This record gives sequence, structure tokens and C-alpha cells, in this order.
Amino acid sequence: MVERRPWLDILAHAILIIGLVIVAFPLYVTFVASTQTAQEVASAPMSLIPGPHLVDNYRQVLFGGTGGNNGAPPVGRMMVVSLIMALAISIGKIAISLISAFAVVYFRFPFRMFCFWMIFVTLMLPVEVRIAPTYKVVADLGLLNSYAGLTLPLIASATATFLFRQFFLTIPDELVEAARIDGAGPLRFFRDVLLPLSKTSMAALFVIQFIYGWNQYLWPLLVTTQEDMYPIVIGIKRMISGGDSVTEWNLTMATAMLAMLPPVLVVILMQKWFVKGLVDAEK
Amino acid sequence: MATLSFRNVTKTYSGGIAVIHGIDMDVGDGEFIVIVGPSGCGKSTLMRMVAGLETVTGGEILIDDKVVNQLEPGERDIAMVFQNYALYPHMSVFESMAYGLKIRKFSKDEIKRRVDAAASILELGHLLDRRPRQLSGGQRQRVAMGRAIVREPKVFLFDEPLSNLDAKLRVAMRLEILKLHRRLGTTSLYVTHDQVEAMTLAQRMIVMNQGLPEQIGTPMEVFDRPASTFVASFIGSPPMNLAEVSVDGTGLIKTLDGTDILLSSDRVPQQVRNKKVVLGMRPEHMVLHARGLQAEVEMVETLGSEQLVHMRHGKTQLVVRATTRELNEAKAKVGAIIDIGPDDRHALHWFDLETGKRIPGL
Repeated sequence: MVERRPWLDILAHAILIIGLVIVAFPLYVTFVASTQTAQEVASAPMSLIPGPHLVDNYRQVLFGGTGGNNGAPPVGRMMVVSLIMALAISIGKIAISLISAFAVVYFRFPFRMFCFWMIFVTLMLPVEVRIAPTYKVVADLGLLNSYAGLTLPLIASATATFLFRQFFLTIPDELVEAARIDGAGPLRFFRDVLLPLSKTSMAALFVIQFIYGWNQYLWPLLVTTQEDMYPIVIGIKRMISGGDSVTEWNLTMATAMLAMLPPVLVVILMQKWFVKGLVDAEK
Repeated sequence: MATLSFRNVTKTYSGGIAVIHGIDMDVGDGEFIVIVGPSGCGKSTLMRMVAGLETVTGGEILIDDKVVNQLEPGERDIAMVFQNYALYPHMSVFESMAYGLKIRKFSKDEIKRRVDAAASILELGHLLDRRPRQLSGGQRQRVAMGRAIVREPKVFLFDEPLSNLDAKLRVAMRLEILKLHRRLGTTSLYVTHDQVEAMTLAQRMIVMNQGLPEQIGTPMEVFDRPASTFVASFIGSPPMNLAEVSVDGTGLIKTLDGTDILLSSDRVPQQVRNKKVVLGMRPEHMVLHARGLQAEVEMVETLGSEQLVHMRHGKTQLVVRATTRELNEAKAKVGAIIDIGPDDRHALHWFDLETGKRIPGL
């Protein structure tokens, strides 16, 4: 137990508050900028008090697009694309890795360990190495500019399989045996025993994968050429134009704020389960 | 309720390690059989073969005269109580007990009826909505038993169910199991390493050692006439005193390190004369100040009304179990040299020196 000295407490609080400010301040600026007009934002220094244009700006970006120059579609459409992409990736990932971990842990089949290690080895390949061949395959299959092309290559995951495998290994053998004696076949066992026990792991994984899927930039950039299939992160980039046209910063900031909302909501809603999933060891 | 039969059952793991060398036994309908033995003797393996959790390498296991070697555990109509309870952590007590019935598509009413009946027998009625983590060890064990009871199976299998409980609870649960068997009369197979559990619960027991059944018999048969030195020293606490001796033609007994054991010659049968054998005398069947041998008291363990006196005679270690009063009268303190001998009212046990088996006819 460290000695209690008042100034240590003050120091600790001070550091935490400074850290908080460093992280939160840019968010605040973004929010303020999204409530003002373009000129007010462009003129330096920008006022730090929220302006009156909140509703106008947000309505415009959600439904109207940012005006002719940059050609980004309505933010509403892009949010939907991002949402579908993130949900598809996280749900697909969880489903596939649950099943593959189940197969690897509970069944004996030829080349079982070989399959597992092959999956594991793909973890060691960085995205940049895999991306060109993956693009070729997706393009050849005609999946460009489609939800399938956006999500399928990202659904196969080694980390999630590994996570579930480790979790399944902690389930006592006797539980499996008790289920067998009760008359449960493998799928029954999977549905009635494994899945409920995996709930917290699934929740934790869902949060992580949702944010991962939501923030995908490189892959969607390659795979989509039509504006109506852009996810929101690409949309934000498109709004920040270089060169001749003027960036409407207030609208860009509004878009950025909107883009942050769903992941934040997901984390807040799943928070309880997220921590439980990482820490919980109760049997 | 069913008969259970083992026909020359063997088990060998891939790699050639044989763990069970051949069991032949017929269990009658409603019998309570205990498989007892030290760790690694194969008792759990044997039971798991009955359950279907291990494959049978050779021989057959029959439940109700039907060979079950190829049947899945769920198809054998058996129920098992595990050492670690194996309760489903996410299911309530009611759901855990109902699970097996739900899979077999029993009606909701029938499930409720059976679960309620089992819960009242085991006094779990007020716990039906709880999760396993909200239960104590003893309660969890009763839920595990409840899960087995509701199935109304042909055979109950108990895999060291009391090993994880504290001593007092173990005694109480032993009685519960006995009462349960009296009430339900289901054929039961019970595995334990605790010889007290074996003696108190079994109608018949199999004493196993390294994959071989050393003796199959009722508790009193196993206690009174152990079939080998292994059984003799395994059953009974403290273990039987075993002395390697050579007997001459007149019935004079000498331990192999040269000291005498004086017994009247009518207690030394003809079959053991002129041979080297193992002489067994139970600690509780020995008396102080009797003709036999002189031994020095090395240590005294007190149990309250009785004491265990650890003595040494030459190189042989012996234990005598006597009441506190007898010991006080004999002034048996550490270092004292006292005569001890076998009680005339109880038999001596003679075993072959090479094989350890009981000498036939004695």
C-alpha cells in the first residue's frame, strides 16, 4: 500500500485530467465546428463556443450531400452502408469462428491440427501482403461495389477462431460428458451449452469487430468505385478536398461526429458484457 | 433397474498400454456395487466404459442382457454423477435436472413431475431457481444426483462423488446415498478410492489393483477373508499388519530378519509349515500382553476412545488398535517394550510370499 500523501493524489488526478483533455479536446472542437458556418470555421481562431447552426448542418449532411464539388453522396446513405458492413463483418466473423473453433476443439478428424495451424499462420501475414491477391479474387468473382465484396474477405478471421478455441479449451471435459450422457448430440451441445457459455466472449468480440468493421478504409477504398457504396469513413475523406475547391469544414465535422456515434453507442450498450467477457472466469 | 454384466472386459490404449486386464462379473438387478482401489488402478476407466465415454477394447458389457459396446452414452439408459458435479453453469437447478428429459422429448408436465419428485427427495425444492454458482458443494452434489434420478435410468454410475466434499459432509452424503438406494433400488456402480465408503455402501465390491480385479465379494467377505496381501492392506484402517515369515516343520515362526513370533502350534496350519509365507494380523485383532512377539512402542496416535500404537519388532512395523483403557493398564508409552499377540477369537491370515495371494483353504 503506497503511503497516502495528498500531493500524490493531486498529481494523479492532474495527469488523468490532462490526459482526458488531450483526448477529448479535439472531439469538442469537432463538435463546435459542426455547429457553425463554413466561414466561421475557416476564420482563425475558431470560436470555441457552439454555434447556432447545429440542426441546419446535420440536416444538410444527412440528406443533402455536401454540394456539387466533392461529389460525396448523402451521409445518410453512407452511414447505412457502414452499418451494414460493420454488422455483417462482426456477425459473420463470430459465426464462422465459433463453428471453426468448435470443430477444432471437439472433433477428431484428419489434418485437424494442420488446419488449425494454417488458420493461425494467416495471422502472421500482414494485410498489405494479402490485399492484392484478395482484390484479384474479388474482382474476378464480380463482387466489386457490392456488400459481399465489402464484407466477405474481412469475415474470415484467425484471431476470433483462436480466441474461441482458447475459451472452449477451458470448458471442463465433464460438462461435455454430462451432456453426452443426457443424450445431447454435438449440435445440441453447441446450441444449448457452448453458445450460452460463450455469450460474454461473443459480446466482447462483437464490440471489437464492429468498431474494426466500421473503421475499415483501405479495403472499401479498393473495392468500391460507386459513390453509393462508400462507407462513411471514405465519405469523410472525400469531403476534405485538396486543390481548387473549398472544403466545407463545418459539414465535414458534422459528418465526422455522425460517424463516431454508432461505435460509441455499441460500446456503451455492450459495456457491461465487454468487460465481463475479458475478465470473467466463472464456471 | 437392470442387470449389468462384464464379460472378459479389457482396455488397452493406442500405444499398447493395457489398463484393464480382464473383468468378469455379473451384477444383479438392484445391486449396489462399489469399485474400489488406489489411484491408477483402472476403476474410473472401467466405469467410463460402462458409461460409453471410453471404448471397450475387448470383451463385452451388457446392460439388461443387451450388449452396449457400440451404443452412445445417451442411448444406454444410464445416468452418471460426476466427481466435480458437472452442472451446466448457465442453467438453473430445475433446467439442469430437466435437460436430459427435454432432449428425450418428455412432456412438460412429466418433466415437472419428475423434477419436483427428485427435488423433494433431495430437499432441493427451495433451490430450483438457483444457478450452480449460488450453491454450496453439498447442494451441487445433490443437484447432480437429482439430475441422475429424474432420468429413472437402468443403471446409476457414481464417479467418486464425495471426493470434493469436506469430511463431515461426506459422512452425511454417504448416508443419503444409502437411503436413496434403499428407496429407489436402482442398480448402481460406485467408484471410490476410499475404503470406508466402499465398506459402508457396497452390497458387493470389486477391489482393483493395476487393472486386475483382486477380489470380488461382499464387504465382510473382503474384510474377513482378503484374497491377497493387496486387498488385506487396502481394506481396513489402519491396514493389516503383514509380516514376511518362514515357518518350520514344528510350527515355529521366524520373521525373515530373524526374530521370533510365538504362536501356539494349533494356530499354525499344516499348509504353511516348511514354507516362507506372509502372516497377516489386523490391528484391531491384536491384544496387549499376549503371547506373540515383543515389540517396542514407537508412536501412539490417539483417536479418543481408541489409540493406534505403532510398534517395531526387529525390522517389522506393526500397528495395534486398542482402547485407551487397555493401553493405560498396559502402561504403553513411547519406548516401552510390550508383548503383543493375535486375539484368539479372530483368524490369522496367511498369504503366499511370491504371489501375495491367500493360501487356499485357509
